[in-house]
Amino acid sequence: MTDFSRLGVASIRDGVAKGEFKAVEVAEALNTRVAAAKALNAFIVETPEKAIEAAQAVDADRAASKPLGKMAGVPIGMKDLFCTEGVQTTAASHILEGFVPTYESTVSANLWKAGAGMLGKLNMDQFAMGSSNETSYFGNVISPWRRNDGGNVALAPGGSSGGSSSAIAARLCPAATGTDTGGSIRQPAAFVGISGIKPTYGRCSRWGVVAFASSLDQAGPMARDVRDCAIMLEAMAGFDPKDSTSLDLPVPAWEAGLNSDLRGKKIGIPKEYRLDGIDEDIAQMWDNGIAWLKDAGAEIVDISLPHTKYALPAYYIIAPAEASSNLARYDGVRFGLRDLPEGAGLQDMYAATRAAGFGEEVRRRIMIGTYVLSAGFYDAYYTQAQKVRALIARDFENAWSQCDLILAPTAPSAAFGLGEKTSDPLSMYLNDVFAVPASLAGLPAMSVPGGLSKEGLPLGLQIIGKALDEQGVLDAGLAIEQRSGFTAEAGEWW
Amino acid sequence: MSEYRIQGNTGEWEVVIGLEVHAQVTSESKLFSGSSTGFGAEPNSHVSLVDAAMPGMLPVPNRECLRQAVRTGMAINAHINRWSRFDRKNYFYADLPQGYQISQLYHPIVGEGEIEVTLNEKDPDSAVKKIGIERIHVEQDAGKLMHDQHPTMSFVDLNRSGVALMEIVSRPDMRSPQEAGAYVKKLRSILRYVGSCDGNMEQGSMRADVNVSVRKPGGELGTRTETKNVNSIRFMMQAIEYEAQRQVDLIESGGTVVQETRLFDPNKMETRSMRSKEDAHDYRYFPDPDLLPVELDDAFLEECRASLPELPDAKRARYEAMGLTAYNAAVLTAEAETAFWFEDLLAEGVDAKQGSNWLMSELFGALNKLGKTLDESPVNPKQAAELLGLVADGTISGSIAKQVFEIMLETGQGAAAIVEEKGLKQTSDTGAIEAEIAKIMAANEDKVAEYRGGKDKLFGFFVGQTMKAMQGKANPQVINDLLKKMLG
Repeated sequence: MTDFSRLGVASIRDGVAKGEFKAVEVAEALNTRVAAAKALNAFIVETPEKAIEAAQAVDADRAASKPLGKMAGVPIGMKDLFCTEGVQTTAASHILEGFVPTYESTVSANLWKAGAGMLGKLNMDQFAMGSSNETSYFGNVISPWRRNDGGNVALAPGGSSGGSSSAIAARLCPAATGTDTGGSIRQPAAFVGISGIKPTYGRCSRWGVVAFASSLDQAGPMARDVRDCAIMLEAMAGFDPKDSTSLDLPVPAWEAGLNSDLRGKKIGIPKEYRLDGIDEDIAQMWDNGIAWLKDAGAEIVDISLPHTKYALPAYYIIAPAEASSNLARYDGVRFGLRDLPEGAGLQDMYAATRAAGFGEEVRRRIMIGTYVLSAGFYDAYYTQAQKVRALIARDFENAWSQCDLILAPTAPSAAFGLGEKTSDPLSMYLNDVFAVPASLAGLPAMSVPGGLSKEGLPLGLQIIGKALDEQGVLDAGLAIEQRSGFTAEAGEWW
Repeated sequence: MSEYRIQGNTGEWEVVIGLEVHAQVTSESKLFSGSSTGFGAEPNSHVSLVDAAMPGMLPVPNRECLRQAVRTGMAINAHINRWSRFDRKNYFYADLPQGYQISQLYHPIVGEGEIEVTLNEKDPDSAVKKIGIERIHVEQDAGKLMHDQHPTMSFVDLNRSGVALMEIVSRPDMRSPQEAGAYVKKLRSILRYVGSCDGNMEQGSMRADVNVSVRKPGGELGTRTETKNVNSIRFMMQAIEYEAQRQVDLIESGGTVVQETRLFDPNKMETRSMRSKEDAHDYRYFPDPDLLPVELDDAFLEECRASLPELPDAKRARYEAMGLTAYNAAVLTAEAETAFWFEDLLAEGVDAKQGSNWLMSELFGALNKLGKTLDESPVNPKQAAELLGLVADGTISGSIAKQVFEIMLETGQGAAAIVEEKGLKQTSDTGAIEAEIAKIMAANEDKVAEYRGGKDKLFGFFVGQTMKAMQGKANPQVINDLLKKMLG
């Protein structure tokens, strides 16, 4: 009997299409795995009936010889940042606990239209603010990975899409949606040895996705290999007139276009990413990545992205500024939590509701954002940060005159233990240092597994491409995947 | 314009006024959502997911609202900014679901312009003054709080939430309540001509924030106060008068004016402090990251310009060139409704002078008596043209036309039908008229003699007598001709 947990998106889609197995069998098998993996705390809500329902529809379509969608029969996990009609959507925050949207986000609707089914809503950092999935109101997500030291320290699955990364690595689902504001797809993918791509800003509609930082938020797929990411991104992307920042462009056939022959391509290696005191394992993996791409035919060139060191501070001004405004709507008036103390007036209600509803990290970022936008500080922080953002975009523009793609590590370290960085927000923020520049420039960027650390934990290689060149990014990802021999899996301890 | 001065104990004071007029943009749907903008609907019946600021909802600009703002800008000869941007104005209030208003602080869609204001539109000799307009920007309206629905709670109606407003910001160029009143009247007239706002102040489609300060004539500008949300021209003028006097009294009694927001109470005819500068919100404006900058191309601007109607000043000049008096031209063009009514009349082939005289005397007189506005007139331009046509072609006389018009107002019948039914057609039957003239001459031999003796003025007497004898239905020209022949 087929172990459906070992199949990826393409295998499930093709198996269902060829009649090798029924979509319902896959959904049932994965529903069972999800239900048995509570220890990982990857899901906030499980929706086995939704997975079955979608699978039945696909099986019926196939029986009736109707054309099948790009994701037909593939059960996936849905990050709880996407509004799903009739299913609680919380952004992992108490303030939205019990909120059941009457509408479906464009991206999730696209996936259901393509024949995917929903296993459940995935846990995440609260309002996508975090790099370790420790800010969720619904508890930490645990990585399925353990260090090879024989201990059983619970490790972070990365964040903010930590439920997604944990569930895929634990083979609860072949793929899941993620969202990436400053690395929230790439860093968790790197931490658990899977692939994930943040497309060009504007490829995937933001309509119906709970907003964190509107000018940076971008949805993307997370899966166990590059091809699966390509398939799922095709299903998710597309112009949406309901999102003014959506790109009015056709969706390329990324899967069909996959080509790991990189002859004629130039890969840039940015010197600024080689930080002083860089982790040895990371440096080694990066060198391996360079060798693999060379082997695939690419030419390696050294490049400079001189404003890189300002990216993180600029990001931690812009993202909280936007968030402080985006999160003003959670006021206890129309939906979600309302805390109305005895005799309270309107202002008291706002204060009580927001104090009770938002977690510590969310409150911290709202306060930072409010501060940097306030009278007298706006120019010193927000305006300066926007200038830095423009300079960072220009750095990349200049780099493209020398190269087609950029290779760098995804994160500066392997997964850390839960609780190791929570007391020091700055060290947590530093985890985004390699991911943030591509976010600020709106460029497509992907993480693929690059090897294991000495502790036996996955490390990720990041490929950054020109705007709209997801194909180039995926191709380089595929070239690495074919050469890295990455087959390591987390042992099933849960 | 006449100088408006406040007499204080220390001498004369000059008042300086600037206005921020909020005008609701005429459009079917809201600025960033497809919800209806209809007035007077059940509370919360025109509210989309976007208007209620549900999680993950995004604004999409309504091009029609931007088009109306651009057309308005063109109508005041303003600079149109081809590149503009929306900003968020952040504050918490129950009528503001997003927690921010989408507005335009840094880069408004319309830049500097001006309008010409005549203190007395109906007086052709009244001086003309240019009032500068600093900018027009587009923004969302808020919802409405209802405090009278429940003993301990306030209710929120979001029907207005997200409706498009134009904020039209003047320079502090006005120096009297009258000038401010004339400015708002002219502005409203332009908006109605353009069709970008219905100018209906009773329904809140137009309201003004009034900035007032006082100074010694020609001196340094004083500290201003802002009186919010004044919703009629009369109230605005009263508020200015009160506020200027209050500031003069305050300064002269040793106090200082504080920069603050005030409210006008029309019942007590006074302004009251609402909040001072120290309590002012920090709105934390920043560019709305959900929206791209607004970029206007040539084709769009060209369409906006081509769609502009003839504006009041140009129309008035044209009417004068057509031979109308300056007074008539001013009255006919002051309000868009009047001008459009008159244009319709001209389109029906009515002579301009005849039409304007009739409209201003007969129609306005009748409407005045009926207590109706031009929009509610029981007689439309087509019906009026029929009546005036009967006068022009000699079918009825002017005096008979008055009778016919009264019947039209009462019954709604057409002029020709009334003339036919009542037998009011004027006669040019020379035989019948000659017979009457002969009788009148026989009965007034003395006057005939006097006339023939050189008393020309008596001609009118014979016209009147003949018309009376013909019961008003004789063609006056024919009477004239016959009388001249027979008396001659």
